[in-house]
Parts: sequence; C-alpha cells; structure tokens
Amino acid sequence: MEIKTPISAEIVQKLRVGDIVYITGEMLTARDKAHLRALEWIKSGKKLPVSFNNSVIYHCGPLVKKVGDEWKVISAGPTTSARMNASTKELLKFVDSIVIVGKGGMDIAEELKGKGVYLAYTGGAGALAANAIKRVKDVHWLDLGMPEAIWVLEVEKFGPCIVAIDSHGNSLYDDVKRKVEENFRKLLDEL
Amino acid sequence: MPTYGEVVETVVELFRKAETELGDDVIQALRKAYEEEDNEVARMNLEAILRNIEIAKEKRIPICQDTGLPIVFVELGRELCLDFSLVDAIREGVVRATQEVPLRPNAVHPLTRENPGNNIGLYMPQINVDIVEGDRLKITVMPKGAGSENCSALKMLLPSEVNKIKRFVVEVVKNAGGKPCPPIFVGVGIGSTFDGCAKLAKKALLRDVTEMNEFELEILNAINRLGIGAMGLGGKITALAVLVECGHCHTASLPVAVNIQCWANRRASAVLR
Repeated sequence: MEIKTPISAEIVQKLRVGDIVYITGEMLTARDKAHLRALEWIKSGKKLPVSFNNSVIYHCGPLVKKVGDEWKVISAGPTTSARMNASTKELLKFVDSIVIVGKGGMDIAEELKGKGVYLAYTGGAGALAANAIKRVKDVHWLDLGMPEAIWVLEVEKFGPCIVAIDSHGNSLYDDVKRKVEENFRKLLDEL
Repeated sequence: MPTYGEVVETVVELFRKAETELGDDVIQALRKAYEEEDNEVARMNLEAILRNIEIAKEKRIPICQDTGLPIVFVELGRELCLDFSLVDAIREGVVRATQEVPLRPNAVHPLTRENPGNNIGLYMPQINVDIVEGDRLKITVMPKGAGSENCSALKMLLPSEVNKIKRFVVEVVKNAGGKPCPPIFVGVGIGSTFDGCAKLAKKALLRDVTEMNEFELEILNAINRLGIGAMGLGGKITALAVLVECGHCHTASLPVAVNIQCWANRRASAVLR
C-alpha cells in the first residue's frame, strides 16, 4: 500500500502490524542528537526548524555529498532505533500523530497507542533506500555532524516498510521476543 | 618495495571495494539463507538485502550508509624495509577515501563527541600490524558499522566453565535481537587475554564464512533455533556463520569475546611487494 505525506491520523489508525507500505512525500531524518536538541528546544519554548507533528521521522544518518550547491544522498538506510527509545517516549508527549521509520524495533508500543506507528525498513539497505530518495529539500542542525543533522528528504515509494508496531498496542518485536525467550529457555538444557 | 603513494592509493581502493562489493562467500551465505528461509517477512528483508547488494555494486555506492569505522590489518613481511611512515600513508588513505568513496564521517571524540569530519583521530584509523615472514605487505580493510559492534560482548569465564562458552555466545546473540541487522556473522575469540580475545573475535570475521568446523556449526545451529530472523522480525535464519579463533590463555583464565557483524561483512585485501 502506498501512503502519501502528510499522513493523516485516520490512516495511521488504520495501519496494522504486518501491513506493507511504501511512503511518498517528505521524511525527516533524526537520530540521537537531533532528538535531544529537539526536546531541549521544545522545553525551553524555542521554535523548531521543522515540525515533528504529523511528520514521518526516519531514524537515519545518511551519507550525503555536496555536488555544486545541492546535496546528493549517496546511501541512506535506517539506523538502530532502540537508541532513541527514551528520547522518543519524551518527544511523543508533544505530538498528536506520527510515523517513525527505523530498524531493529523500539520499546514504545504503549506510547504509540492512539497516535503513531513504527515502520521497519531493511537495515543496511542504504543503496536501495537512496534509490527512493528523490532529493534533499533542506537540512537543519548540520553543526551536529552529517549523520546527526535533520535532513528533509523527498521520497517516492520508499519501501517496502513493514508496520512493526501499530497504534493499537501491537508489536511484532514483542511477539518475536517472547518466542525467542521461550526458545532460549528450551535451549539452555542443551547448552 | 612499496612506496608511500602506492600504499595511499591501495587504501583508498580497498575502502571503495569493501564498501561497494561484498565477498563471494558472504553473498553465497545470504543467497542460501534466502533459499532456506520460509518466514515471509524475513524473506522480504533478505530480498531487499540482495537487491541492495546488486544496486551498490552496479552504481559503485556504499552498501550501507554506515560506512563504519576504518579498521586496518597489516601483515608486514620482515624482509621489507620501508623508508616512509606506513601509519601516515594509511591515515592519508582514510582521509582520501572519506572524500572520494565517499565514507560517512563517523569517527568522533568519545567524550566531546566532536566530529573532525575525516574519520581520523586518536588511535583512528585502528591499525593492527603482524610481522610475518617474507617480503610482502598485505593490507586488509574492514569497515565496521556501529549497529552490530554495539551488540558485542566480552566475559572473563572461569577455567572450569569451558562448557558455558556456547551458552554465552547464544545469549549475546539473543540479547542483541534485531538490533545488529541480522542475519549476522558471529566472530568468537576464545582464550588469550582480556584484550587479546576481542582481537581474535574480530580477526575471525576475516575468514571465509562458508567454511566452519563442527564446533562452530554446533553454535550456529543453536543460534538459529532462537527464531530472531532477518531484522529481528522472526524467522529461522538469525546467523549465517559462527567463526571461532582460539589463543592460549593463562591457566587461571578463560576470556571469551563475541564480536557481532551485520550481514554486510565488508572486507577487502591487497598485497604489495
């Protein structure tokens, strides 16, 4: 299914774990440092250069190159989302609706209830992802370094992404984790 | 005798190769996983991985945006007499590779997190030198991403706990879950010292991943019964290979290190004379 940004709260609510989606429109990259600075600015009442509300946040530190006056995305797969667990929980207090794209999963099923989904994109697939990124619309906070800046990307059919945590409290990761723990306990006798 | 310029050029080309093309052994292991996996989501991820590898090679762009930290292994023939600083040449190669491949500037100061922008810094690139027989200079680069490195672990087991090694390795993989971009390669260092076993674990990842002994296959089979699957979304292939290197250790110790490597096990070597 193709979804276009801005993604309405209605569509977010409709998505269920296991659904495969392709995103067209705008995505904002944000990693550890961008999350921390955004929280700092929000709390001190400073206006952010971008709005996270109703946005698609992509956990990605792209490899970009400046060609003339324009930035060109070379490779841009997702980064490990779990590093942003704590800061995302905090950030979610300030948004009504959100789509997060990353890899490896997060511990935020509870906080996403009623307001957002987490989409998993194949980790390491940086070249494939760059293919779907049409251009860099803007960049903010470049002083944080290339991987940590907020890159505003225009994407076309970015995917396949799988809905791994939906807005109804379901998480594929929690299901897998339960099974893995069970399998590990069974294995223990043999190891 | 190799010259300074040759070493610089070689380092740049090795990074370009390692970042854009995976070895045949790694691709073979990934294809086999795709054939054997029956979980649909895992297959979708493996398909994306294989497509990604093709695109990267064709367009000569980095497979993954995390182009890693520059790790370099050098085998220096003892008959060689270099009239230049090998370290300086490798550093210049890394600076140029960062510009030309390009590589993402990943190396930062550990406390200030300041990024010099060229992947050069304190003890960075990491250069490991072995003095060997002969007159060859072999350079191997191994760009290592953080997602998998962050899930690695080391434990000082007791000498009486040889039978707990397997359990420790499987537990490290279990705790990593989907974070290190599975299907993974698992480098295991057993013995040596605290630092030595970590080095052995990393060196193990340089081996041909399609050749495993019985002990390694046993650990691999145990790992693949966990059900983590590609990207941690479930499936029967969690690891593609377990590679173990041993070193003699103190009679009173048993260090074990587990170095996790994502599916993109990137490395490239060249020999200069």
